[in-house]
Amino acid sequence: MNFEEHAGKSLVLAPAGITVPRGQLCRTANEAAQAVRAIGPAVIKAQVAAGKRGKAGGIKPANTPEEAERVAAAILGMRIGDYKVERLLVEEQGKIARELYAAVLNDVEARKPLVLFSTQGGMDIEEVAAQSPDAIRRQHVDLDAKPTAAGFEEMLAGLDLGDVQASVASVLSRLYGAYRERDAELIEINPLAQLADGGVVALDCKFVLDDAAAYRQEEIVKLAAPAAMTELERRAAQNGLKFIQLEGNVGVLANGAGLTMTTMDVIRHFGGKPANFLEIGGEAYTKSAVALDLVLSNPGVKSLVINFCGAFARTDVMADGVVKAWQEIKPTLPVFFSIHGTGEEEAVALVRSRLAIEPYDLMEDAIAAAVRAAQ
Amino acid sequence: MILRKSNKVIVLGITGRQGTFWTEKMLAYGTQIVAGVHPKRAGERHCDVPIFGSTAEAVRETGADSAVMFIPPVSAREAALSAIEAGIEVLVVLTEHIPAQDVMALLAAAVRRGTRIIGPNTAGLVTPGECFAGIMPAFVPSVFKPGPVGVISRSGSLGTLVCLKLTQAGLGQSAFIGIGGDPMLGTTTRDALAALDRDPRTEASVIIGEIGGTMEEEAAAYAKTMRKPVAAFIAGAASPPGKKMGHAGAIVTGTRGSYGSKRKALEAAGVIVADTPAEIVQALQQAR
Repeated sequence: MNFEEHAGKSLVLAPAGITVPRGQLCRTANEAAQAVRAIGPAVIKAQVAAGKRGKAGGIKPANTPEEAERVAAAILGMRIGDYKVERLLVEEQGKIARELYAAVLNDVEARKPLVLFSTQGGMDIEEVAAQSPDAIRRQHVDLDAKPTAAGFEEMLAGLDLGDVQASVASVLSRLYGAYRERDAELIEINPLAQLADGGVVALDCKFVLDDAAAYRQEEIVKLAAPAAMTELERRAAQNGLKFIQLEGNVGVLANGAGLTMTTMDVIRHFGGKPANFLEIGGEAYTKSAVALDLVLSNPGVKSLVINFCGAFARTDVMADGVVKAWQEIKPTLPVFFSIHGTGEEEAVALVRSRLAIEPYDLMEDAIAAAVRAAQ
Repeated sequence: MILRKSNKVIVLGITGRQGTFWTEKMLAYGTQIVAGVHPKRAGERHCDVPIFGSTAEAVRETGADSAVMFIPPVSAREAALSAIEAGIEVLVVLTEHIPAQDVMALLAAAVRRGTRIIGPNTAGLVTPGECFAGIMPAFVPSVFKPGPVGVISRSGSLGTLVCLKLTQAGLGQSAFIGIGGDPMLGTTTRDALAALDRDPRTEASVIIGEIGGTMEEEAAAYAKTMRKPVAAFIAGAASPPGKKMGHAGAIVTGTRGSYGSKRKALEAAGVIVADTPAEIVQALQQAR
């Protein structure tokens, strides 16, 4: 779950005691002008949960209210990545001496939290990492330990940080605290600015909340960035299903992410294009009726593959849902089944008797037929 | 991590709907389930299995060495930590959607105690003809039968499909190791491959991987050292690329994790990579 910069700063960084610039969230050019009148020369920043906002022209300085009005009007409505800009963060300008980089994230390979720091922050940090990996300090943290600022000073040893070494160590310690407190998957400050007056300020914030921990972060979840979704994807999400609408014309209904991805792969293998990804794994296998409705509502769909391979998911339960929904929706497009695993016999019998359709033994055959039917 | 009939298994969450359904299936198949755990129902029996108030007590009373968890994500961390603390050697964590920081905490505890975690978000372990622990259709004879092929899978549904293909081709399985679909796992593809390499009953192995993470790349490095043949299928070639984890994701993982990277690493190690599940049998025969 992604958060926009302003939300990351106000919900996560500031409460952890990390300094952020004075700023105001604005929805109109007029509000932006008033904000600059109040806080003085400012930076106007598009609030979307996408990267490369600066390179897309979504971050511009404005020294006067008039300029702010002009700049804000130009940025509002702009498209950056998958998003349309609807909110701006107007923030005071500071005299930046140096741009640093700090992040804490789940290192899935090491299966531990990883703290990253570099004195070469800014827009080209990925390039820095690729060209000179030594420019990035990396420190794994034991999840049971409570690392202190002193501990992080060791991580910074030998870096030319001068007077701000202790402040930076304190930021790292607080950032790690925020990562733990807020169930972050990633929390990144780029740049972390060393100001001319000696302060250390978070100029940006990327915060990604672990979706699985949303249940215990209720108070901030409601402030998450709106996801870039199609209408159908939103409907799926409301029903607790993960649906991704794609360009193709062969609809996919399978159980489990692995089998669903494989069904898509095989569609492509036979020269077809999948119309969707839809996961009904885990407990969601009981939602096959809703899932079928979603897949059929996708306007691009010309044929449908229903590929069940039951382990935990009982194919008899899934087939029952599909059959009932099919009889209710009465679709006219061709459908091709392959059903194996837990509950297989009942499921196949159900499809045969109620829909008068003979499931294919091989999923490859069902998929090849669906690809042909869609052409 | 190859479950045997001699392993004594505890079911955590035995009294729930899924716990009950699968405990009955496991018992009928031959798994030696010696205890269930429920804090408020100690002393009762469920599915004709004695229930204890805690995992520690169940281990003490029955000498259990393994456990399988039917526990919701909210309580998964505590349940797993108790099982680790109780000295369980192999813990199968079926639970999906455990918060990542809870997963890291329980994996760290397992490393300290020397506990083998299978999962989280795994469909479990099957030793065809012998026993199983988890939520796999071990008891469906068209899917599983005893034989010489070891199967490693991140996905339960796809693993089921591949075992079905093998069985249809007359190739039975020595073991199915469901390592789990989570990004952070107690047992990696490489760990499972090493176990199959050491297993005298396994003559060849199949890796069923997925895009994301770097486990298939790591396993490829191990496969290179093996004399037993290995075939693989990687799901996700046609999937849209996953979300990008800010700059940090790129800094940490670089370009590894893609379909191309996995396929290249496996092929460089002499692993035959199939384009579709149906071709796995062929790939395996080619690899032998």
